Amino acid sequence: MAEKIATRISYGETLVELGKIHDDLVVLDADLAAATKTDMFKKAFPDRFIDVGIAECNLMGIAAGMSTCGKVPFCSTFAMFASGRAFEQVRNTIGYPHLNVKIGATHAGITVGEDGASHQCNEDLALMSTIPGMTVIVPSDDIEARAAVKAAYETYGPMYLRFGRAPVDIINDFEGYKFEIGKGVRLKEGKDITIIATGICVGNSLEAAKMLENDGISVEVINIHTIKPLDTNIIIESAKKTNRVFTVEEHSVINGLGSQVASTLAENYPVKVTKLGMYDLFGQSGPANELLVKYQLDPTGIYNQIKEKL
Amino acid sequence: MNNNDLKIAANQIRQSIVQMVHCASSGHPGGSLSAADILTYLYFVEMNIDPKNPKMEERDRFVLSKGHVTPAYYSTLAQRGYFDIAELETFRKVNSRLQGHPAMQYIEGIDMSSGSLGQGLSTAVGMAKAFKMDGKENRVYALCGDGELQEGQIWEAAMFAGSNLLDNLTVIVDNNNLQIDGSIEEVNSPYPIDKKFEAFNFNVIVIDGHNFDAIAEAFKQARQTKCMPTAIIAKTIKGKGVSFMEDNVAWHGSAPNAAQCQQALADLKKVEVE
Repeated sequence: MAEKIATRISYGETLVELGKIHDDLVVLDADLAAATKTDMFKKAFPDRFIDVGIAECNLMGIAAGMSTCGKVPFCSTFAMFASGRAFEQVRNTIGYPHLNVKIGATHAGITVGEDGASHQCNEDLALMSTIPGMTVIVPSDDIEARAAVKAAYETYGPMYLRFGRAPVDIINDFEGYKFEIGKGVRLKEGKDITIIATGICVGNSLEAAKMLENDGISVEVINIHTIKPLDTNIIIESAKKTNRVFTVEEHSVINGLGSQVASTLAENYPVKVTKLGMYDLFGQSGPANELLVKYQLDPTGIYNQIKEKL
Repeated sequence: MNNNDLKIAANQIRQSIVQMVHCASSGHPGGSLSAADILTYLYFVEMNIDPKNPKMEERDRFVLSKGHVTPAYYSTLAQRGYFDIAELETFRKVNSRLQGHPAMQYIEGIDMSSGSLGQGLSTAVGMAKAFKMDGKENRVYALCGDGELQEGQIWEAAMFAGSNLLDNLTVIVDNNNLQIDGSIEEVNSPYPIDKKFEAFNFNVIVIDGHNFDAIAEAFKQARQTKCMPTAIIAKTIKGKGVSFMEDNVAWHGSAPNAAQCQQALADLKKVEVE
């Protein structure tokens, strides 16, 4: 298996790559550059890097103001603070006027690990998706993260990009891979059940699918990297084929990917949907991999949950 | 424009404020009337703008951080020629471009949407920083309320502006001393406002916010100040120009009825004749 890479590193490196081509790209951080990996951009382009200090609300406002003066700001902090603390700033000052601000939120979900529940944001997809006009993207690996950052620069409008702290396997290194905002990717064909996953849960779902196949269950796996706008076609099409859908996300099962898939199917092609994720609870401290096992979002956990609920 | 012309323009704006709030049966007349002279000076003298070319790249920027005083803002923009004065009648009505709080997507003369207190100043700071990065001459102005200074984000923005030596930024505090729940001292005193901004590395100027000589001198000093943003603390009277609204917090966010509107206009027209 290829080397594991955390999507926050893909983010940092791609910002540097884009910075070389585009003079209008600026990067802002709130005293977490070493963790969010924007420090790579800081080193390469110190004149286009702004550290606002520990002030996430101000971070969003400054980025909004700069975007009206010809800049394309990428602003970063942890997902908890970007979507939680600064929710209203993102909603009113970036979302409402539909400004061209890209929020690169890192350290999302329980794989933040040892820092514990105060820093493990399992609510950001719900919060950001409710803002009209906000695009919400959760890359599943290094390749997708790099493509998403480039697409974010090239596409006008407010955008929330969710990156992780923990290294993840590369899964999109196949021929013909193409990233398009709002387009889901069918990674595996199957006919008995559909697994729809996002972010780091995509790779783990592929592994779980192999285990299910060994039990004689034919599994279709779909990667939804764009939570909003949601690719409803790929979801409905697959549900029509398998008539049984599971969703997997490192996020609350309330109003994240699972809820949006379920409401899409309820309106268009009602089939049974089971949502795997964080079940209305806070996480806790521990190594990322052990937390994935504890909350049953590792390949075996996903396999066991699906077997139990099938 | 001489002081007399400015007074006439400000009086026209005040009449529009009263009329549009009455017409909408909703809005914020008190803080609009207190800010009218500052806005008049900004839009008729101070700022490099062109109402016929509202997106002009080299224009100065304005952020209404105290976003609820749209009656003053829209009246000023209309009087300055950004849109037809007749449109003020649509204020706060369904399908109007004149939303309760400023929305830049509807009116080209609006440089930033605002309304949620404490957020506007950060956006003005972002603009000022962007112009500095590009070595541009554009200046940025933000109008804040004095009650708004209770929002923590104001001080996040002020700290960044002072620390980043943003001398192209001028913050004006409309210090009318009243907020919805009472006087700002009774509710949660932001005083001493001047010393607070000084502590955040601002050049601070305290003026009578209804005296055009003082306003002109303050903006002149702000332009001459290097390596520091300027905060102009404008001592104002809430409801200024309308006898029964002056210094009366009841008129923060309530609309005059027809009779009150007539009386208010009579007050303002008296000044016009003088």
